[in-house]
Amino acid sequence: MAKRIDVSGLSAFYGTHKAIDDISMTVEPRSVTAFIGPSGCGKSTFLRTLNRMHEVTPGGRVEGKVLLDDENLYDSHVDPVSVRRTVGMVFQRPNPFPTMSIYDNVAAGLRLNGSYKKNELSDVVEKSLRGANLWNEVKDRLNKPGSGLSGGQQQRLCIARAIAVEPQVLLMDEPCSALDPISTLAIEDLIGELKERFTIVIVTHNMQQAARVSDRTAFFNLAAVGQPGKLIEIDETERIFANPSVQATEDYISGRFG
Amino acid sequence: MSQATMTKDTAPTPAPVAPSLAGKRLPRWSPIGFGALSLALAVGVGLAADWQSKVQWGLIAAILFVVLTFIASSAVEGTRQAKDRVATSFVWVCFLLAIIPLASLLWVTVSRGLKVLDGYFLTHSMAGVPGFEVGGGVYHALIGTLEQVGLATLIAAPVGLLTAVYLVEYGKGTLAKAVTFFVDVMTGIPSIVAGLFLLSIMLMFNLQPSGFMGALALAILMVPVVVRSTEEMLKLVPNELREASLALGVPKWRTILKVVLPTAVGGITTGVMLAIARIAGETAPIMLLVFGSQLINTNPFDGAQSSLPFYIWEQYRVGSEASYDRAWAAALVLIAFVMILNLVARGIARWKAPKTGR
Repeated sequence: MAKRIDVSGLSAFYGTHKAIDDISMTVEPRSVTAFIGPSGCGKSTFLRTLNRMHEVTPGGRVEGKVLLDDENLYDSHVDPVSVRRTVGMVFQRPNPFPTMSIYDNVAAGLRLNGSYKKNELSDVVEKSLRGANLWNEVKDRLNKPGSGLSGGQQQRLCIARAIAVEPQVLLMDEPCSALDPISTLAIEDLIGELKERFTIVIVTHNMQQAARVSDRTAFFNLAAVGQPGKLIEIDETERIFANPSVQATEDYISGRFG
Repeated sequence: MSQATMTKDTAPTPAPVAPSLAGKRLPRWSPIGFGALSLALAVGVGLAADWQSKVQWGLIAAILFVVLTFIASSAVEGTRQAKDRVATSFVWVCFLLAIIPLASLLWVTVSRGLKVLDGYFLTHSMAGVPGFEVGGGVYHALIGTLEQVGLATLIAAPVGLLTAVYLVEYGKGTLAKAVTFFVDVMTGIPSIVAGLFLLSIMLMFNLQPSGFMGALALAILMVPVVVRSTEEMLKLVPNELREASLALGVPKWRTILKVVLPTAVGGITTGVMLAIARIAGETAPIMLLVFGSQLINTNPFDGAQSSLPFYIWEQYRVGSEASYDRAWAAALVLIAFVMILNLVARGIARWKAPKTGR
């Protein structure tokens, strides 16, 4: 089910601008890996290279290797569409499809991929909504538009939509930054449950959140504005927060950054 | 140090004497009052000077209204309020100036058009009716307009839609810039030029005039309008929706088909309907390519047809009382046709718009 990600020598570009430089790391299966670092250091860009969403941006280009259980995502014969079916993504701002009902939103991935059996669809929708802790709140209004939900519910709807296609890995790009503390707590609990089944990578600006939810933490930094971002270190979350091996990490975590 | 600053900041300073919030205001009916007064004055001036033109009366009334409002308001309320009232008056005057031609056009068309507009008029052609006599109808022209506009839409809507999808979703570099440039140029093509272009093709291949040739010319006029409006609508679809769909492993073409287009469908429909409304009134290409006819011809691919704008022109040219009545009635039918299309477009836009309710 869950897969290991091995990144080696990965650089990403926007046109001629190098956004991240020579990153190598391993993401363990069935665990939560958090990316922290200042704004503009390339965390989100790096995250988007893990399911080939980076190249959707105009001018986006990637060098290096990303191995998903020994299969290089950037091999010339790999189809980005099947990569994205294997590696799902949740975005910073909740983005349910405005023309679709709650039910259709969750079913969207299966329907649009055309790979489903009709009688299984409602089971998958229920299972995914339960998986995202949203079922009890929306079970009576599955036919209402998804955009009528609150922000926190919308984000859980997006998580349900992402897990409905049964990916191996779930990437989350600051999934709680637009949410209030209670919705954030709901999503953090959810992440704890989801890691039993998926490999999860989460970008966050909230260091307490990284400490709460993640097993391993990676710290990214950039030398100066306009310079490419680099991976400073990746380690067990407890070590990163208690006793990091690089001075810059300690400075950033303790707020003595810059 | 900070303690000292604090004390300094909190030291009592003499509060400035607050001006009263309420000032003198003109009564609420004053705009209407000034309007009536200036109208009465304008009528008086006009009668006294023996001006025949009502336009002059109206202009004097408008100027008097703005001047009177300014003088009274600055005397009672002060200059800021006076400026506000003058701006409001200008907006009202401009609104009236804009509405007068529209309302009078509608009024004249309805009052003159209703004279002969009935079931008989809508279901009979001009076959065997001499132009200067009463009788006859608009059926052949209505059929012609429906078929020509329908065919033009069938050609132009898919072409325009797909061009817009290319420009927004795929196009980059020189080709997209060139397409955009030529669409802009095409928007400005006069309808007679599109008609002449197809006429030259018609003569080159020795073809006969038909509704289809007219529809081709109308399609040329329609494509750029559809491209422009669809392009704007597709640009309004948030990029996050495309990314959300792509991240689910949905191929790009399905993302466009199932997520982008449904989100924009309301606006796209409105754009297509407006483009139809634009070409429904074209006369020049019909004259050149469809030739006009007094008879019912339901086959747009063979033989001459008529159309509503052509019929109006034709009837007006005859110059008898009966033909004038028919021309006005046909104009009313054309306006009704465009209006119904507009209402349908609004209905579809509202029905298909992304839902926000709880």
